Amino acid sequence: MISIKNVNKSFGNHHVLTDINLEVPKSNVVALIGPSGAGKSTLIRTINALEEIDTGEIIVDGISIHDKKTDINKARTNIGFVFQSFNLYPFLSALENVTIAPMKVKGLSKAEAEKRGKELLTSLGLGDKFDAYPGRLSGGQQQRVAIARALAMDPQVMLFDEPTSALDPEMVKEVLDAIRQLANDGMTMVVVTHEMGFAKEICDQIVFMAEGKIVEVAPPEKFFTNPDSKRAQDFLSVVLNH
Amino acid sequence: MDIQLDWSVIPNNMDVFIQGALLTLEISAISLLLSIPLGVIFGIGRISRNPVIRFISSAYVEIMRGVPLLVLLMWIYFGLGQFFSLGSYWGSIVGLATFSGAFLAEIVRSGIQAVPKGQMEAARSAGMSNFQAMRYIILPQAFRRILPPMASQFIILIKDSSLISVIAGVDLTLKAKNLAATSFRYIEIWTFVALVYFIMTFSLSLIIRQIEKRMLKNEQ
Repeated sequence: MISIKNVNKSFGNHHVLTDINLEVPKSNVVALIGPSGAGKSTLIRTINALEEIDTGEIIVDGISIHDKKTDINKARTNIGFVFQSFNLYPFLSALENVTIAPMKVKGLSKAEAEKRGKELLTSLGLGDKFDAYPGRLSGGQQQRVAIARALAMDPQVMLFDEPTSALDPEMVKEVLDAIRQLANDGMTMVVVTHEMGFAKEICDQIVFMAEGKIVEVAPPEKFFTNPDSKRAQDFLSVVLNH
Repeated sequence: MDIQLDWSVIPNNMDVFIQGALLTLEISAISLLLSIPLGVIFGIGRISRNPVIRFISSAYVEIMRGVPLLVLLMWIYFGLGQFFSLGSYWGSIVGLATFSGAFLAEIVRSGIQAVPKGQMEAARSAGMSNFQAMRYIILPQAFRRILPPMASQFIILIKDSSLISVIAGVDLTLKAKNLAATSFRYIEIWTFVALVYFIMTFSLSLIIRQIEKRMLKNEQ
């Protein structure tokens, strides 16, 4: 479903992504983990072209995302993106946040978009928050609205860039539960996360990055008990033993 | 010195003042309506990725900011008027609108730049084009932020409109000038004219404050 081939990217002299190769099959969930500055966020942002790449190719559902001939707006409708800082539209209600892109981009009628939006918000436990503005919602609620907003476009792929990092601890669970539900429904997902327990539980593959490179790719059972690379061993000894 | 004030000149000529005030409001309102699209277009142009658009927009803003309105009005009416006459009515409106549009462009630009980058990223991630994201997500937020400075700009526009009397633009100021010249009641007339301008601008202030309150009520 997602195919990343020989991707390189630099900011000036700083090589942020070096020779990245990664395959994410349909319905797989992949966690990108690693120390800060490893390039995880940059990598996930290249998958929907929020970041440009210098060389290489990224193919999502058969579409070459960074090809100049690709209609990137159309390609993006197939890729849901959830941000660390939610980025909800503060002047629109929860329901309007969810319905605006289906209406303006896909041309859905207001009634169709609202029907689907209400279903999504309800399934994410926000059935009583349709008319609430983002400023009146907790962080966990805002992030669930953001997930509903991304799902409203009926994407084949969902990308999560540190979806729980800006949340208070007691709200992390409700957002992880929502992502877990998506995984159970067979959504293809890439998640940048620092939640190791969560990564271990729901992911098919762990991708460990450091200094702009993919150091190790392994299933979670193996990665968390017996990683091959010294770099991953050091990282895990720090994050698992604090 | 013995000055006898005679305020009867005000009620006796109320029709002239009302006519003048309505003309001032009319010319200001039309100029305002024309200056808003100018402000939006050139404000976005100032931060366009296209260097030609950016240059044209910056040139417009800088020239209009650097030239006094009085000189601009003279240039349009007497200079440009030699080849292409707009007349004093439309000449006044074009002058006021292009002048005010440049200041609005700067206000719009700052408003757009004050919207967090994540808003554009969220809109683009959902498949919106750059134009759609501007239209549906960025500008509505920028507009809320820039309402106060825009209100000031509109008030300046109403006050600046008094300058059009120098190119024979008929407004409150010109009507008052003519009346003062025949009645010699300078203090009474110009005091009253000042009061009328104040009422017009202060009312606008209050209206915009109400709009602002209503918009902000929804958020937070």
